[in-house]
Amino acid sequence: MPTYREHLAQIKNEIEQIDSRALSETLAADSPPLLIDVREQDEWDEGHIPGAVHVPRGNLESRIERTAPDRSEQIVIYCAAGNRSAYAAKTLEELGYEHVSSLAPGYTGWKRDGFPTVLSRSLEPEQRRRYSRHLLIPEVGEAGQLKLLDSRVLLIGAGGLGSPASLYLAAAGVGTIGIVDADIVDETNLQRQIVHSTARLGEPKVRSAAETLEALNPDVKVVQFEERLTSENADRIMGAGWDVIVDGADNFPTRYLVNDASVWHDVPVVHGSIYRFEGQVTVFKPKEGPCYRCLFPQPPPPELAPSCAEGGVLGVLPGVIGSLQANETLKLALGIGNPLVGRLMLFDALTATFDEVALRRDPNCPVCGDSPTITEYIDYVEFCAGPTHA
Amino acid sequence: MSIVRIPPTLREEAGGERQVLAEGGTVREVLDDLAERYPALAARILDNGGIAPFVNVYVEGEDVRTREGLDTPVGDASTVILLPAMAGG
Repeated sequence: MPTYREHLAQIKNEIEQIDSRALSETLAADSPPLLIDVREQDEWDEGHIPGAVHVPRGNLESRIERTAPDRSEQIVIYCAAGNRSAYAAKTLEELGYEHVSSLAPGYTGWKRDGFPTVLSRSLEPEQRRRYSRHLLIPEVGEAGQLKLLDSRVLLIGAGGLGSPASLYLAAAGVGTIGIVDADIVDETNLQRQIVHSTARLGEPKVRSAAETLEALNPDVKVVQFEERLTSENADRIMGAGWDVIVDGADNFPTRYLVNDASVWHDVPVVHGSIYRFEGQVTVFKPKEGPCYRCLFPQPPPPELAPSCAEGGVLGVLPGVIGSLQANETLKLALGIGNPLVGRLMLFDALTATFDEVALRRDPNCPVCGDSPTITEYIDYVEFCAGPTHA
Repeated sequence: MSIVRIPPTLREEAGGERQVLAEGGTVREVLDDLAERYPALAARILDNGGIAPFVNVYVEGEDVRTREGLDTPVGDASTVILLPAMAGG
């Protein structure tokens, strides 16, 4: 029965090993090998070789086919001292990998010999627990979660749509959430605006939302804009380096300001709107798809545009639409999936049906078209869409 | 006959219906048919003989402005969607 040392020596005889200089040269070549770091999480967190992919030894066999689908690919494995990587190289050969070598001096030798190392930003242990269900998804993982934590999303409105959208974005770890809303929490809001509560009646909505969101997730910083969006403040608010805007406004003048600013600042807008039992969602992405004015060049007359206060809305409807908006926002922030660019999704809560219509950029659009005619913000004056009295 | 979806903000003018059947081989004919049966609806969605600028019309999911406008053909059992902007949030 061999000892560990004997067994290790035997394995090392059977695999190919390289030294730091050889690895450095091959990494600088035209087709560098796939470099896999098989150490534990805490070792990786203290620094790794630039360009390496982290697959801990314990997960190597189950993950290697996803990491290296091509068995003829050149692979170099390293650990701290060249021992775990020797075993790993042997296993990969048994799995049919044809060009595997192990870094004999390990990360310790590499670093001691003066070769470059890099410290990755990585998640704190509490974040690994909080976001564990994200980390388990291949399309998100640690890299995706770090992207979310770096993302800046601005919500227009902390009402029916803004409530669920902001809750899910905060839960997901979107690091900076801006909220624009001049209103205070009112009793009539509580039938659907779930980011607020009875205890917050009379408080500014942005403050109420910030309290809820920061309690849900301390990683999130909420930037409060307790003001109404106008031509005076549109550039200051919308031009503050946002990655995505979530339009949850409840009136047309704001929606047009949001649209025009988003085109001029080149930021995508995730649009949602609701009435009674029906809602709409789409993504307006400058240059890739239409803008709001491509669809509706001018606001409709007041009789055709009742607000929820006038027509009513089923409380859960903005929950559905706002959640869909959060979904689109996360996809844009992560760069995954197919966002609703050029697609308007229609939802009918009564029939539980989804429909979709195609939206196209209008080359004659007054704002994003080839020859824009609107180049400054417009403050549309809103008239009440109530019944006229004799 | 095609199925015309009426948006919630126009249902009163369409007798409260979420969708109505209409006759016509083009968008123009379908809208004329609707106008005869629901004149109040027509007053809302038509403007100077054409579709009002704040109402969009989709045939089988495509905006008729990207097709042949009012002359866009409407097949049997097609779905026509009338879509004005909604502001509620």
